[in-house]
Amino acid sequence: MDLFLTIIQIADSGLRLATPLLFACLAGLFSERAGIFDIGLEGKILVSAFMSAAIAAVTGSVWLGLLCGIFASISFSAVHGIASITFRGNQLISGVALNFLASGITVLAAQAWFSQGGRTPPLMGEGRFMPIELPFALGRSDAEAAGVPLRVLIDQANPIQQIYSEFISGHTILVYVALLMVPLSWFVLFRTRFGLRLRAVGENPAAVDTAGVSVIKLRYASMAIAGTLCGLSGVYLATGLGAGFIKEMSAGRGYIALAALIFAKWKPVPALGATFLFGLLEAIANRYQNIDLGGFVIPVQFMQALPYILTVVILAGFVGKSVAPKAGGQPYVKER
Amino acid sequence: MDKMPKWADVALIPFLNLLIAFVLSGLVIFAIGENPFKALMTMIDGAFGSTYGWGYTLYYTTNFIFTGLAVSIAFKAAMFNIGGEGQAMIGGLGVGIACLFIPTVLMPHWTIALVFAMIAGAIFGAGWALIPAYLQAKRGSHVVITTIMFNFIATALMGYLLIGPLKLKGAQESASASFPDVTNLPTLHELLAPLGISFSKSAPANVSLFIALAMCVVVYLLMNRSRLGYEIRAFGESPTASVYAGISPTKIIIVAMMLSGAISGLMAINATMGQHERLILNAVEGAGFIGIAVALMGRNHPFGVLLAALLFGFLYQGGSELSLWSKIPRELIVVIQGLVILFTGALDNMVRMPVERMFIAAAKRKDA
Repeated sequence: MDLFLTIIQIADSGLRLATPLLFACLAGLFSERAGIFDIGLEGKILVSAFMSAAIAAVTGSVWLGLLCGIFASISFSAVHGIASITFRGNQLISGVALNFLASGITVLAAQAWFSQGGRTPPLMGEGRFMPIELPFALGRSDAEAAGVPLRVLIDQANPIQQIYSEFISGHTILVYVALLMVPLSWFVLFRTRFGLRLRAVGENPAAVDTAGVSVIKLRYASMAIAGTLCGLSGVYLATGLGAGFIKEMSAGRGYIALAALIFAKWKPVPALGATFLFGLLEAIANRYQNIDLGGFVIPVQFMQALPYILTVVILAGFVGKSVAPKAGGQPYVKER
Repeated sequence: MDKMPKWADVALIPFLNLLIAFVLSGLVIFAIGENPFKALMTMIDGAFGSTYGWGYTLYYTTNFIFTGLAVSIAFKAAMFNIGGEGQAMIGGLGVGIACLFIPTVLMPHWTIALVFAMIAGAIFGAGWALIPAYLQAKRGSHVVITTIMFNFIATALMGYLLIGPLKLKGAQESASASFPDVTNLPTLHELLAPLGISFSKSAPANVSLFIALAMCVVVYLLMNRSRLGYEIRAFGESPTASVYAGISPTKIIIVAMMLSGAISGLMAINATMGQHERLILNAVEGAGFIGIAVALMGRNHPFGVLLAALLFGFLYQGGSELSLWSKIPRELIVVIQGLVILFTGALDNMVRMPVERMFIAAAKRKDA
């Protein structure tokens, strides 16, 4: 197999691995732009992954699973909202608490429901999101018609067709939804009145309040959006990327998404770049155990730690400064 | 009167917060089809019913005292150190290196080995907290984010070392060689036997428990009776005011975080040196995170931390016994931990505001 095709394949799996990160990163974007720290992304991904897989396994419908996954994630968002908006509690502590709650309750519920050691039964058929073959892409039907395996067919195709069939086509619907969310988030945040107010609430809530707009309502709205996006991240993890829920399957993705958010300087389009980069790193770490650079071996653990190391470097301000929304983390107290 | 009496603040509100968390935990047990009261009895029996149970409860308690004190010192300086887990892991690395590589000639007795190990563990733990602390103080990067990142980096580093350079040659497991016998700490069984008290031989509680207890006193004296402690508390209460008092924010942030990291690192003398007696991948077992719950519940006071650590020691040991004797998985303790953090930390005002209003109303009625 030639190098070109290998690179495309890594990019392809990088895109798939970037999708849950992208959803979660955009969730964090809406939340933090409205002035609410959300380190509970991880927990929300996890409850959504569990709920979607459990419901899809029981009903056999992945769409019902999707709805319930999003619902679970939004209810966690609601608790975070109540703690950090209504009761003006510490947002970081609330996020940490929700992460633990999610990590425990999913295993407890999975065990009580399915008795399979904290996992859901494997999803099949309608219980999963299936890859979509875009028009003119080489897929299974073409392979059957030609009578050769799909691998061979792609191997023989021209480079453009290879990129199209391997990298662009053949993902589940949620991957395309995630990509669509990037311009949509940009439009909502930077070209609508709602977006302007949301950003203002994260920078200077008192000014928004003075203008007669409810800070509380805007912040709850941002929580609902973040909950929905995190929900999609979990749903994709359990029903698109995987086939069922496994204990702790979010595996730190919520934190990597936070890292990506800092990397992207709280902007939607760079968020796509950052999550794709982190997705690629994961894809490379999955494909090669240790990378041998002529005598010097990069251990796989280094690749796994790279997103975190890069984030610390960015935070240190060595590669351009990343500045968070000003009012982040502070509960808003109305003046009397 | 426009305030609550002090006892309501330090006792009543934490009690109500905990009560809510435990009632909800009970409901969770009920919801998965088990009897919460029976579960509680199993947990109490498993944690306190035998010296074996006590040995494990106190072992976990020791871990949680260290990590709880660590988180509480950072809290006092208005910083949230989520990095206890990584700092304890790297502290373990320091302890392991001391035990494995300091020639046994220099360590003729376990007490001397313990001193070396404590120094190494504290330095490694503090070192792991130094970079996040420096970045917070000098570059304004949020310490919460950087400490989370450093937890993951620590996991990767330990993974690399234990399947690479430090791994015992020819062994299947990702673990180092066993430490020399002289570094093995006496367990409670060995300590209590001369006094004629019989204690379970297989339980892991060891002499580190007494070091943890001493640490509570040291931290109390440091925070409440020393100049540095005063500066840390002043900075935590009001960073701007403390600057006018001539306190350097950079110094306080770095010193408080390094103290916090050092105490997290000391946890390893209990887990790595006292229990496992070699370096393994997951010696910390989430104790760094439980430190957050312990510090919140203990209201950042060393005595409160001690009580909270004992409670979590009980939950940890009781929870594992429960998973042996019932269908309730061990993860129940993670749920309880989450609920405790949620209600004593984030939702504190939910209880505080109505209780405060009640007290003020009662006082007004009395005045009238």
